Amino acid sequence: MESMLQKAIALGLSESEYRLIVERIGREPTDTELAMFSVEWSEHCGYLRSRKHLRTLPKAGKYHSMSGSDAGGIEIENGLWVIFKMESHNHPSQIEPKQGAATGIGGIVRDILATGARPIALIDSLRFGDPSSAKARYIFSGVVDGIQWYGNCIGVPTVAGEVYFNDCYRTNCIVGVMCIGIVKQEHMMSSAAKGVGNAVIYVGNPTGRDGIGGCSILASHELREELSMRPTVQLGDPFTEKCLIEACLEAYRSGAVVAVKDMGAAGLTCTTSEMSAAGGVGMRIDLSMVPKREKGMDAWEVMMSESQERMLLIVERGREDEVLSIFRKWGLNAVVIGEVTMDGMVTVYDGEQLCAKVKADDLAEPPEYDLPMEQPKYLEAVRSFDITSIAEPENLNDVAKLLLTSPNIASKRWIYEQYDHTVQTNTVVAPGDADAAVLRIKPEMGIFMVADSEESQPSRKGIAVTADCNSLYCYLDPYLGAQIAVAEAARNLVCVGAEPAGVTDCLCFGNPDRPDRFWQFVNAVRGIADACSFFELPVVSGNVSFYNESEEAVIHPTPLIGMVGVIEDVNKHVTMSFKNEGDVIILLGLCKDELGGSEYLRFVYGIEAGKPPQLDLSLERSVHRTTLEAIRNGLVMSAHDCSEGGLFICIAECCMAGNIGAHITLSRKCIAEGHARMDSLLFGESQSRIVISVPCGLVNHALELAEKHGCPATVIGAVGGECLTIEWRDGDVVRGLINLPVEEMRILYEGAIPALIEAGIAE
Amino acid sequence: MRFGIVVFAGSNCDQDCYHVIRNVFKKPVEYIWHEDANLKGVDCVVLPGGFSYGDYLRPGAIAKFSKVMDAVIEFAQMGGLVIGICNGFQILLEAGLLPGAMMRNSSLQFVCKFVHLRVENVETPFTNLYQFGQVVRMPIAHGDGNYYCDEQTLGLLKVNGQIVFRYCDENGNATPMANPNGSLENIAGICNERKNVLGMMPHPERCSEDILGSADGLLLWQSIIRWLDGKS
Repeated sequence: MESMLQKAIALGLSESEYRLIVERIGREPTDTELAMFSVEWSEHCGYLRSRKHLRTLPKAGKYHSMSGSDAGGIEIENGLWVIFKMESHNHPSQIEPKQGAATGIGGIVRDILATGARPIALIDSLRFGDPSSAKARYIFSGVVDGIQWYGNCIGVPTVAGEVYFNDCYRTNCIVGVMCIGIVKQEHMMSSAAKGVGNAVIYVGNPTGRDGIGGCSILASHELREELSMRPTVQLGDPFTEKCLIEACLEAYRSGAVVAVKDMGAAGLTCTTSEMSAAGGVGMRIDLSMVPKREKGMDAWEVMMSESQERMLLIVERGREDEVLSIFRKWGLNAVVIGEVTMDGMVTVYDGEQLCAKVKADDLAEPPEYDLPMEQPKYLEAVRSFDITSIAEPENLNDVAKLLLTSPNIASKRWIYEQYDHTVQTNTVVAPGDADAAVLRIKPEMGIFMVADSEESQPSRKGIAVTADCNSLYCYLDPYLGAQIAVAEAARNLVCVGAEPAGVTDCLCFGNPDRPDRFWQFVNAVRGIADACSFFELPVVSGNVSFYNESEEAVIHPTPLIGMVGVIEDVNKHVTMSFKNEGDVIILLGLCKDELGGSEYLRFVYGIEAGKPPQLDLSLERSVHRTTLEAIRNGLVMSAHDCSEGGLFICIAECCMAGNIGAHITLSRKCIAEGHARMDSLLFGESQSRIVISVPCGLVNHALELAEKHGCPATVIGAVGGECLTIEWRDGDVVRGLINLPVEEMRILYEGAIPALIEAGIAE
Repeated sequence: MRFGIVVFAGSNCDQDCYHVIRNVFKKPVEYIWHEDANLKGVDCVVLPGGFSYGDYLRPGAIAKFSKVMDAVIEFAQMGGLVIGICNGFQILLEAGLLPGAMMRNSSLQFVCKFVHLRVENVETPFTNLYQFGQVVRMPIAHGDGNYYCDEQTLGLLKVNGQIVFRYCDENGNATPMANPNGSLENIAGICNERKNVLGMMPHPERCSEDILGSADGLLLWQSIIRWLDGKS
C-alpha cells in the first residue's frame, strides 16, 4: 500500500486523491490504473480547482451558442456554425520553445477538428520576459518559429495575435493559441461513444514515450526548468497533422464515424474514459494493437503518452474497412484497437494481460476543490501609488518617440510576416491592418474538399476575430482587468464593423494552492462573467492553466480573452488606416486623468502601479453601438481603439497604416472633468474610446448618431499632410504637444522589434 | 476545357485553386490524387502550393517521385499546360520541368506578404492578357523562394524570354529592396522554353477576388482560359 501511495505522489496525485481512488474502485489500483487516474485527475485535465468558478460563466448570448468540452461555438447563420477555443501550452514552450508552441497549435487544431469543423484560422496570444534578456529572446524567437513551422505547414492561416513582454513572464512564458473552425450543423461530430459493439479505431501517429506526464507532472505543478523535464514535452509533426485534418473530414463524410476525440493531454486515457462517460458506455481496448514508435513500452506508458497527431474514433460495426481505407489513403496509421461495451468500464488489455478495469465515470469525474483565498499583500502598496510623484515631462514629443519603440506597442510585423495569413483565401483584413482580423465565409468550406457552390448563394457574412488581455491591469485589479479584457476585445471587433458574438477564455495564473493567487483567479473569473453577461456574450469554451510560476517569479494574472464577432456584410468592414486628406477625425468616448497601469508608466519610468483605468460598461456599450451603426451606415473611413500608449499611439497607428498625417486639436470638450495632465491626455489608457475618421460631409450625421446612443463624441482634427501634429487648446491658449513626420514614426515603430532580434544575434 | 489540380499529401492550396476556377470562373475542374497514373484528360494541370510530404528533405524533392508526376512530365512534354504555384514551382524545378533550384529565403525566414511583380513576358499561355511591364500585386507565402540558376542558364532564360515575373517596387523597379527572398535577378516566376510550363512563387489564387485585397491574379486564369479556348 505504501509503495503504491508513493507512486501516486510521484505521478502528481495527492494522498487524499489516492485514498479516494482506492475508495472508488474498492481496491488498490494497478500501475496502469494509477497512471490513468494521475493524468485524468490532473488539474490540467480535470479542472479540480477551477470547475466551481467556471460554472459562473454565462453560456448564452445574442447568438445561438453551444459550449462543449473540446470546443464550443456560435451559429452565425441558419445551420452554419463557427467553432472556436483557445488553449495554452506554457510550460512546454518555456522548456522547449519551438516544439512546445508547435504542439500547442497541433492540439487546439485537433480539438476543433473533433467537432467536425474544418480549422480555418489561428490566433496567438503570447507573453514573454523582458526582451533585453537573451533567454527571453531565445524563447520568443523559438515560439514564433514553432508557430510558423507548424501553422504554415498545416495550411491554417494565422490571422491575428497579440504579444506582450514583461519581466513577470521570464520563467513562465504564455503561449495561448486559438483555433477557429467552420461546420454545418448536419456535419457536427460528437465525442460521446455510442453503440455497443462499435469499433474503437486509433488513427494517426504511432505512440511513443514523448509527453509522458505532460499534463500531470509538467502542466499541473510549478515549473522547475530542468533538462530532465524535456521528455515531458511532446514532439510535433505538422505534415501528419495536415493529413489527419483531411482524412478525418473525409472519414466524417462517410457517415460511418459515430464519435471522435483528439488524443491530446492524457492521450488514450482521456479519450477512452471521457468518450465512454459521455456516451454512458464502456470500452475494451487492446494496447498490443496500438501502433508504437518503440518496443517495450509498458501499458501505463501507452495510456499516459501524449504523442501528437492522434485521434480516437468510434466507427459503426461493419464499416471499419471503409474508414480504415480513408486514413490509409492519406498515409496514416489506422487500427481497430477495441470495441464499445455496455458495462460502463474502461477495460485495458495488453494482449492477453488485463492491465486496467475501472468505471469510466470514476475516471472522468475527479473531485472538486474549494480552495481558500486571500487578497494579495502587494495590492495595497501598488494601489497607493501617487501619480503626482511623477513630474509631467516637458518634451512630450520625445516621450512619444520613445513609446513608439516599446516592444509592447511597436509593430509586430517581424512576427506576423513569418505566418502564412492568406492561405485558404478567406483573409479580408490581415494582421497589422486593423484591431481584429476579418474573414469571409465560403459556404462550401465547411466540408471536405471545397466543392461547387453554385447552388448556395455566396454568403455575405463575415467573421472578425481577436484576442486580448492587459495583464498589468489584472495584476493591479484582477476583477477590473478581466472586465477590461472582455471590453477591449469587443471594442476591437466593433472597430472592424463586427457585432461581438462569443468568447473563449484561456485563464493563465500562478499556483492555485496559494490563496493570494487563487484570489486573483476567482476575481478575474468574476470579471469575465460580469462583463460577458453585460454584453450578452456566451463563453463557449475555455482552458485553465495554473502553476505559471517558479521559485523566481510568478506571472501577472493573465486571463486571455478570444472573441469572435459577426459582420452582416463583409464588404462593409473597416480598417484602422486614415484614408483621405480632409476626412474629419472624431473621438468617441472621453479622456480621463488615468495613468495607473499604463504602458507609459511601465516603459518610461519602470513603474507598475496605480489603479487601472475605470470601466463604465454602459459608456462602453454606447461607444460600440455608435461605431457599429456608423460603420453600417457607411459613414466611417477608419476606426481604431485606444489601448496601450493611449490616444497618441492610436492616432499614430492610423497615420502610419494610411501613410498620411493628421492635425489634431484637443480641448476640454474631449476630457472628463478634473483632467489636468498632458501626459495622461496623450498616453493615458482610459477605456471605451474609439477614434474614427469620417468624410467631411458626414460629420453631423455621425455626431447625431453618437448623441442618439448617448455617446460622447468630439471632433478632434482632420486627416492630411505628412506629419502628425497634436496641440492643446484652452481658450485662446494653444500649446503644441506633438509634431512628428509619419515617416519618422514608422522607422521607430517598425524598427523596434527587428532591432531587438538583431541585437541578440550580434551578441 | 477542364482543369486538373494535383493533390499531394500536404498540398494546402489545392482547394483555393479549385475555388477560383470553379466558383469564380465557373470552369470544370477536378482533383487528381498523387497516386493516379493518368490525368483524366484535363487541359491544364495545376500543381498547387503547400508542403507536399511536409517539405521533408527539401521542398518538392519527395513529390517529384509520386506516381502522378510521370504523367505530368509526359503531359508537359506533349505541350500540355502546367502551372506550378509556390510548392508547385518547387516541384517543377525538382522534376526538371523547369531549370534552376530553390534555396532558403535569404532572411532564413518564412515570409508572407503582398508584393509587387512586373510582368516580363506576355506572350505565354499564362500571361497573354497582361500588359508588358505591367505591375501587379500578389501575395507570397514561402520559406524557400530564393531562386537560383547558373549563369549559362540565366542567359538562356533571358534570351528565350522565360522570365515571366520579377519582384519589383510599386513603380516597377526590380530593386534589391523589392526582392523578398534573395532570388536571382528578382525572379518570381519562369516558364520553360516552349512556354507551356510556368512556375511562380506568388499565389494568383489568393488574389482573384476584390474582397481579398487584390484581384490581379484574375488575368492569369483568364489568360489560360483564353489560350485554351483559342486552341479548341
